[in-house]
Amino acid sequence: MSGEEFVPLSLTPLLIGIFAAVACALPGNFLVLRRQALIGDAISHVVLPGIVVAFLITGAISAWPMMLGAAGAAVLAVVLIELIRRMGKIEPGAAMGVVFTSMFAFGVLILEVSDTSTVHLDVEHALYGNLESLIWLDATGWASLFDIDALRYLPPELPRMAVTLVVVLAFTLVLWRPLKIATFDEGFAQTMGIRTEALGMGLVIIAAIAAVAAFDAVGSIIVIAMFICPPAAARLMTDSLEAQVMWSVIFAITAAITGYVLAGYGPLWLGGNDAVSAAGMIATMSGVILALAALFGPRRSRTGAPSEA
Amino acid sequence: MLWDALLLQLGYNATLVAVGATLLGIAAGVTGTFLFLRKRALVSDAISHATLPGVGLAFIVMVLLGGEGRNLLGLLIGSAISAGIGLLCLNWLTRNTRLAEDAAIGAVLSVFFGFGIVLLTVIQSMSIGRQAGLEGFLLGSTAGMLWSDAVVIAIGGAVVLALITLLRRPMTMVAFDPEYAMAQGLPVNRIDLAMMGLVMAVTVVGLKIVGLILIVALLIIPPVTARFWTERAERVVLISGAVGGLAGYVGVAISASAPNLPTGPIIVLVSFVLFAISLLLAPGRGALAVLIRHLRFQRQVHMRQGLLALAQGQPIYESLTLRILRRAGLVRADGVATDAGKGRAAKALRDEKRWEVARADQAHEAAAQLYDGLRDIETVLTQDQIADIDRHIGGPQGIPA
Repeated sequence: MSGEEFVPLSLTPLLIGIFAAVACALPGNFLVLRRQALIGDAISHVVLPGIVVAFLITGAISAWPMMLGAAGAAVLAVVLIELIRRMGKIEPGAAMGVVFTSMFAFGVLILEVSDTSTVHLDVEHALYGNLESLIWLDATGWASLFDIDALRYLPPELPRMAVTLVVVLAFTLVLWRPLKIATFDEGFAQTMGIRTEALGMGLVIIAAIAAVAAFDAVGSIIVIAMFICPPAAARLMTDSLEAQVMWSVIFAITAAITGYVLAGYGPLWLGGNDAVSAAGMIATMSGVILALAALFGPRRSRTGAPSEA
Repeated sequence: MLWDALLLQLGYNATLVAVGATLLGIAAGVTGTFLFLRKRALVSDAISHATLPGVGLAFIVMVLLGGEGRNLLGLLIGSAISAGIGLLCLNWLTRNTRLAEDAAIGAVLSVFFGFGIVLLTVIQSMSIGRQAGLEGFLLGSTAGMLWSDAVVIAIGGAVVLALITLLRRPMTMVAFDPEYAMAQGLPVNRIDLAMMGLVMAVTVVGLKIVGLILIVALLIIPPVTARFWTERAERVVLISGAVGGLAGYVGVAISASAPNLPTGPIIVLVSFVLFAISLLLAPGRGALAVLIRHLRFQRQVHMRQGLLALAQGQPIYESLTLRILRRAGLVRADGVATDAGKGRAAKALRDEKRWEVARADQAHEAAAQLYDGLRDIETVLTQDQIADIDRHIGGPQGIPA
């Protein structure tokens, strides 16, 4: 394909997809190891009411109020979950289930009864995003990458996602040692003076930032898939955390690229003429990768620890 | 309008949907209780999301075979098959790889759902001319439901409920104490599988009304609500079923009373309201009950400490203690004990001494373990025992006037 076609139509969605996938997969590694994998699922459900309320207050689709609304909703959810868990002595999974379904239902309800028909905000958009539409029409070819005028009209999701990725990357690198120790042996980490509770909270916050930014660009389904599938597949490849993180990044990028290409061009190869959902395809590809890892990964089986019933 | 809906006055279809939703709610509440007690509540989330590819594939297959793609029964069968495959994948991943259950749940949920979305976009681009309306399965919609669909849902709900009634005893046992059930010779694995099968059935029946994203709420919220009201497993099951049924019924009625009110979210929010009421008002575990208990305990402690201070002639500075004593008529406004106060104070001090003797005496060991500084000694020892202790202590000596 020539640069004239690739750069404006495919480069930006592809990059946004890759950035979102990696930004979610990095914290996902620790969440999977800490058995908090479903936090990504919960976060991507609870941000919906926050985003809708922020939209209703400001009356416009703009990034910052929506991010704030999403963050507020996430904090509210965490508080509610803790409250229910402590007061009712309810197991965390069920407490989480109560909160995220109710908040999601509330978001859907106000979305349906308020008048949002004039703008592009609906449940389907929240679920599977709109990756294909994030095109860069001002580009004319590879040369546009060095053209200030054209760069100004990049879809705003791209720089936002890039910044998010940098933040997530910085968090992971700076806190690598404490994160690693606290993930594998919380008691030992405490004796070394690591504040494990604050660290756990920080990890959840970073996951929430990645989820909200990616949610805005690519929809919640990629967010959930990328938090879990690449790290889970990587976990089946190796015993070392460093290698696992590397594998997960590779898997996330592979899923994003193959998913995007298959969604865009797969139907054409099969004789169809319309593309299918890129977000759905990326999630599907991450599942294919996980399935391959589960079948052939060198460290797939459980050794040592007995399986839990 | 709402009253009409609540009293089933909105026509035959709406009535049938309301009945179906009620049956579904009861079935979901009861099934969910077993999942909840087994601590596997979120497995249902994976199962419900895994129905989507089945819905899409069933639609495509039915259209390719030249039939009507929107046949509800066909779509539900498809969704059941793919939910079953999702469940098998989930079990396989947790059993045969080192992944924990939560990672497996998340993986199955997101991948199946993503693939389902792909299929939905494929259907949109198929040349069928009109919208397939499969999006209704995401969040549920009862608007414009066909008579035959309503019948399928009502019958489905009834069948699931009947199955639960048959399986309730072994399921209660496994959910409550799997090891004991195993020792009793019950096939725990197969009962677990049956439990999951019921969850699947509830999900499939609920697809059209509640939608696959929110059906998990009907399986989780009622049992959690019921848990606030009782400590007994069989009562949790009953209350949970009642909460689920009520939520289904009221939810459908509210959503039928006005246009634009999506059924699934309304049902979920109704059950959340029931949950919030329980969280606040339930006896024993509710917030209000906890608060009252705390205040009563605080009052007892202050009363006791205040009386002991009075008896030993120490001044009381704590204002809450003074207020409590004054309100009970035991001290005057200036902090001096009244006659009643002196009597109670002397008794409190004497009881404290009696406890001291009782706790030092091996013969009262069992009673002494109940000592917490608040309990009246008369409630744990007999008159004779107390008289015996009093003989040890002797008569009043040097209690300040």
